[in-house]
Amino acid sequence: MSAIIDPSRLTINEAHELLKTRQISSVELTMACLKRIQQIEPKVSALVTVTDELALSQAEKADELIASGDLSPLIGIPVLIKDNMCTKGVRTTCSSKMLENFVPPYDATVVEKLNGAGAVTIGKTNMDEFAMGSSTENSALFPTHNPWDLERVPGGSSGGSAVGVAASEAIYALGSDTGGSIRQPAGFCSVTGMKPTYGRVSRYGLVAFASSLDQIGPLTQDVTDCALVLNTIAGYDPRDSTSVPYPVPDYTRCLATELNGVRIGIPKEYFVEGMQAEVSAAIRAAVSKLEELGARANWEVSLPHTPYALAAYYVIAPSEASANLARYDGVKYGFSYPETGNMWEALEKTRQYGFGPEVKRRIMLGTYALSAGYYDAWYLKAQKVRTLIRQEFDQAFEKFDVLITPTSPTVPFRIGDKVGDPLQMYLSDLCTLPINIAGLPAISIPAGFAEGLPIGMQIIGKPFSEETILKIAYAFEQATDWHKQKPNI
Amino acid sequence: MKLGREEVLRIATLARLGLAEAEVDRFKEQLSHILESFEILQQVDTTGVPPTTQAITLKNVLRSDEVATSLPQDQVLANAPQKDGDFFKVRAVLGDT
Repeated sequence: MSAIIDPSRLTINEAHELLKTRQISSVELTMACLKRIQQIEPKVSALVTVTDELALSQAEKADELIASGDLSPLIGIPVLIKDNMCTKGVRTTCSSKMLENFVPPYDATVVEKLNGAGAVTIGKTNMDEFAMGSSTENSALFPTHNPWDLERVPGGSSGGSAVGVAASEAIYALGSDTGGSIRQPAGFCSVTGMKPTYGRVSRYGLVAFASSLDQIGPLTQDVTDCALVLNTIAGYDPRDSTSVPYPVPDYTRCLATELNGVRIGIPKEYFVEGMQAEVSAAIRAAVSKLEELGARANWEVSLPHTPYALAAYYVIAPSEASANLARYDGVKYGFSYPETGNMWEALEKTRQYGFGPEVKRRIMLGTYALSAGYYDAWYLKAQKVRTLIRQEFDQAFEKFDVLITPTSPTVPFRIGDKVGDPLQMYLSDLCTLPINIAGLPAISIPAGFAEGLPIGMQIIGKPFSEETILKIAYAFEQATDWHKQKPNI
Repeated sequence: MKLGREEVLRIATLARLGLAEAEVDRFKEQLSHILESFEILQQVDTTGVPPTTQAITLKNVLRSDEVATSLPQDQVLANAPQKDGDFFKVRAVLGDT
């Protein structure tokens, strides 16, 4: 171990090599991450729960398995799980007062799969309450800080997962993405984050937000690691009826360094008014780099319904949320208002004190859009606009292998800047939420910096084209070193 | 789309969401502002366009009706705010108490 300066900075791929050749043990690697957490957590506040005892017992078991010849790619490697994925016997809060003391009696399918692969669960990450938000400021527990500038937000809702990876608290993390919640924080923290195609990864045990949009995916330090994690978590699950019964390829096989013949489209509607100049400049430079590698880029692509995506999303997602969150009634689990014997009062007060402002806002918005007299004008209208947005993507993918956009219109903003204006906050998901509306896969990878603050590039593919996306992302990454830059913290 | 106070209270009742006085006023302003900006949806011609409820094309996913293991009762009840023996305890549904 003496030769390795800081094991917590290893990628999955690097850590695996060292574990395989016994240059490091899983216990040593886990201890290094726990030490790093102890040092850095007071500054970044990325974690809701640190599962040190569980992690060390899993690490000991992994070391035994490695000694007996089990060399699964994720074995013995520490991971962070977003706190909206159920972990048996480990508190799962959704960063909400409603679930502050909720201890799930079962594991989410993704957690079960990671456990089966010998992963070491080191903690649960902070998030916007019930995954509703773009800055992790909506956590009812505490805000998380961006390691590139502690005064700024890490993005959200998977802010804790992105920070955990960027600040080397663990080797990788899982997040969930309903409108950009993996990709936007990945972009803001300069890590790799992928939202797979809707249906690619089982959502059994993921606390539901908007069921036609939610998807689980990896946050990693590079594209190879992203492929390795996807290999483990993807696949059909009979317990999630929206998971698809398609075979899972080995996603590491598609990684290549040349892109001859690859057709890239850049939809102009994504370069909106108000987009930071450095962000569009970084994406232009990145596309030039991809052209050097053999790709052909077309800047004249138009997706004319893009300007309606935000409104459609913020009708559909809150509508689904208002139905999903109806389950929090203070009876079966979660917070329960104690000081009344009246059923209706108990129900209303439980929800009044259990939910934070953004969750209430979305329940109100969704309930309104679904209510009698407004359903056709709002919810049904949004669902029809959704069809048009999908069709537009389908048409674009007849001509292009992938579409490229910035992940966010700006670099990370200051903590507190947008909390008073919900609509301004919603706008930071402008480039990511159309992808959930259409159910497509997309990745955010590091693509530059503006005055020391990260810029992410989003690569979008047609349904189940994760391999194409990973191939292009990998080629870009190998030709640049943005992903190797780490925050000085 | 300007929401009035009555409308906010009506929605809150539908959602079974208690609101403090200050929240009623805040939501009246914020939701009005949000809905006003979302009115651009009405500009889109959706004549003859079917709605999309989810983006993948799986239909009628069925499973065979077989008995499988469930969680043990004590684990299911472990998170209950109030329980009585093997039951979840609820407030009286009928009557005032």
